[in-house]
Amino acid sequence: MKLTPILVGAFTLALATSASAQTLTIATVNNGDMVRMQALSPAFTEETGIELNWVVLEENTLRQNVTTDIATNGGQYDVMTIGTYEAPIWAKQGWLTPLDALSADAEYDVDDILPPIREGLSFEGKLYAAPFYGESSFIMYRKDLMEKAGLEMPEAPTWEFIGEAARAMTDRSADINGICLRGKAGWGENMAFLTAMSNSFGARWFDENWAPQFNTPEWKSTLDTYLSLMADAGPSGASSNGFNENLTLFQQGKCGMWIDATVAASFVTNPDDSTVADQVGFALAPDNGLGKRGNWLWAWSLAIPNSSQNKEAAEQFINWATNKDYLALVAEQEGWANVPPGTRTSLYENPDYQAAAPFAKMTLDSINAANPAEPTVQPVPYTGVQFVAIPEFAGIATNVGQLFSAALAGQISADDALAQAQDAATRDMTRAGYIK
Amino acid sequence: MARNVPASTRIGFTALAWIIALILFSPILWVLLTAFKTEAEAIANTPTFFPQNFTLENFGAVQARSDYIKHATNSIIVSVGSTLIGLVIGIPAAWAMAFAPTKRTKDVLMWMLSTKMMPAVGVLIPIYLIFRDLRLLDTVHGLTIIMTLINLPIIIWMLYTYFKEIPVDILEASRMDGAELWNEIVHVLVPMAVPGIASTLLLNVILAWNEAFWTITLTSGRAGTLTAFISSFSSPQGLFLAKLSAASLLAIAPILLMGWFSQKQLVRGLTFGAVK
Repeated sequence: MKLTPILVGAFTLALATSASAQTLTIATVNNGDMVRMQALSPAFTEETGIELNWVVLEENTLRQNVTTDIATNGGQYDVMTIGTYEAPIWAKQGWLTPLDALSADAEYDVDDILPPIREGLSFEGKLYAAPFYGESSFIMYRKDLMEKAGLEMPEAPTWEFIGEAARAMTDRSADINGICLRGKAGWGENMAFLTAMSNSFGARWFDENWAPQFNTPEWKSTLDTYLSLMADAGPSGASSNGFNENLTLFQQGKCGMWIDATVAASFVTNPDDSTVADQVGFALAPDNGLGKRGNWLWAWSLAIPNSSQNKEAAEQFINWATNKDYLALVAEQEGWANVPPGTRTSLYENPDYQAAAPFAKMTLDSINAANPAEPTVQPVPYTGVQFVAIPEFAGIATNVGQLFSAALAGQISADDALAQAQDAATRDMTRAGYIK
Repeated sequence: MARNVPASTRIGFTALAWIIALILFSPILWVLLTAFKTEAEAIANTPTFFPQNFTLENFGAVQARSDYIKHATNSIIVSVGSTLIGLVIGIPAAWAMAFAPTKRTKDVLMWMLSTKMMPAVGVLIPIYLIFRDLRLLDTVHGLTIIMTLINLPIIIWMLYTYFKEIPVDILEASRMDGAELWNEIVHVLVPMAVPGIASTLLLNVILAWNEAFWTITLTSGRAGTLTAFISSFSSPQGLFLAKLSAASLLAIAPILLMGWFSQKQLVRGLTFGAVK
């Protein structure tokens, strides 16, 4: 049998690699900034002698893999990429190692991290993940179309203005939609947008006793506004549009406005990909005068699972990838516009960055306008802006997202969607023991 | 002797066959074309059929980010290795069931098939814990073992069906001539069942090659196969469609070529026993 030598060979190879110099296994998502980090990482190996083993996966696959590993104490990963949703939940479960050494390192300067982001990644006052890049959401709009409609975008518009502008900019014969918004079902897709939007309408997911609130006038007003806006000024087939689909529509000049992640700013202003690169303006996400804006907060961050055997080296890597020198390294190699945004105050004070990224100030203002500790107008028992930081949220919000997506597609009415969402959420929250 | 069919009917059916074949092939064709487009063109709202700016940069970008050769080697070891081990276990097992059945043989066959009825994720946690404790996570041999276990029921079922077609008299005749059990299987049964064994082998190599769930869950960096390689190029946020297509093309190319060259064997094996 020829197979034995092959297997023995593979086995020795596996043993050999695990026995040689220290190797970190890093799990990450396939986003532009992460890919760049991977490309620049040989500099870290050169500096420290620590080898890196990269696992790049699509967001949902990564979440499933990493959760399996961490829940079973598998120890496959030393550094994992997680978001602001996972960080507090996993920290509470005792799955993550607090980044104490990093927080104490004066050179790392943890106070330089933007306060809302730091807040989102902490649990009981301790930092459990270091932000690699942060984002909020804001309005990207076409200056030329706005002018043509005879309107001027204020820096901080209201939903009323957005509705008026979207309808005025729409020109179905020229295939121009006044506004493009997410419609694809998913807790990180349409529900991220709608939850953030609902905050500005005074709505909330749960009251102080964890009772779902979809039967309130605030949620009805949120969904009605969204549906009528999309019916009058949205693209056709919007219920299957997520980030990428809307990005393409906007880049090809088919959207007057698009409210989405601030990281999109560098894509829509890049003349290589975008036909409207020189016509894009930015504004804060809309509000209703209630003191909360409809923008979210997210930070892809690096954390160390408790099961890692190389915690010290892992913290060393996290330091390298999220400190000020890394930003300078990216700037030197790829230019300031490509520096991972949204993590450090010092970056936004840097004149080189301000010159290279016209959207810098608006991004910073958007991030600072989000408050994960007090996300809503009325008090809530949870943290998180466009999500509720409890483990059950992903499942519940995906169900609700499907109902709202169906309402957008015209399959059910807004009232039915809200009533069914209320029932489903109540059932799941009762089952999970929140509602006694 | 072909039947007398009017020319119009023949042309009609030929056209229909071509249309169906093209529909089945279209996703692969689309991947093939997209792999040579720029990212902007790949995701364009008014899609282009042929690449307007023919480019090879996607392949360069894919190789720069990920090691194709390493993943391909893992794929070959895991798929061929698990299939060969499966055959070594499966041939004697199928022989016993086909030529020396007991009253429980049918139950055993059903039981083996029943292991395929549960969704894989149902046993994820136990398997993961076993792999963790045996230090098999992210190893090529660990993956080979799990792939063997997954495909063994299919291997035994396929071989059992082929062996049933072989007249037991021939095996008895060899026994009369004094053949030992080992010789009976290796020198009499196997040569007669070559088409069946070959198609079992090919099908299982393909199944193991395309397996994604266990491969992605049980590996992290060293033992990843080509399915893990593809999945690292998919992203809900950002433009990676052309690179994803290039990665997919690279991943399916070896198995596509293998299928192409062995299609005669494969078809013969799959229809084995249809004509007596």
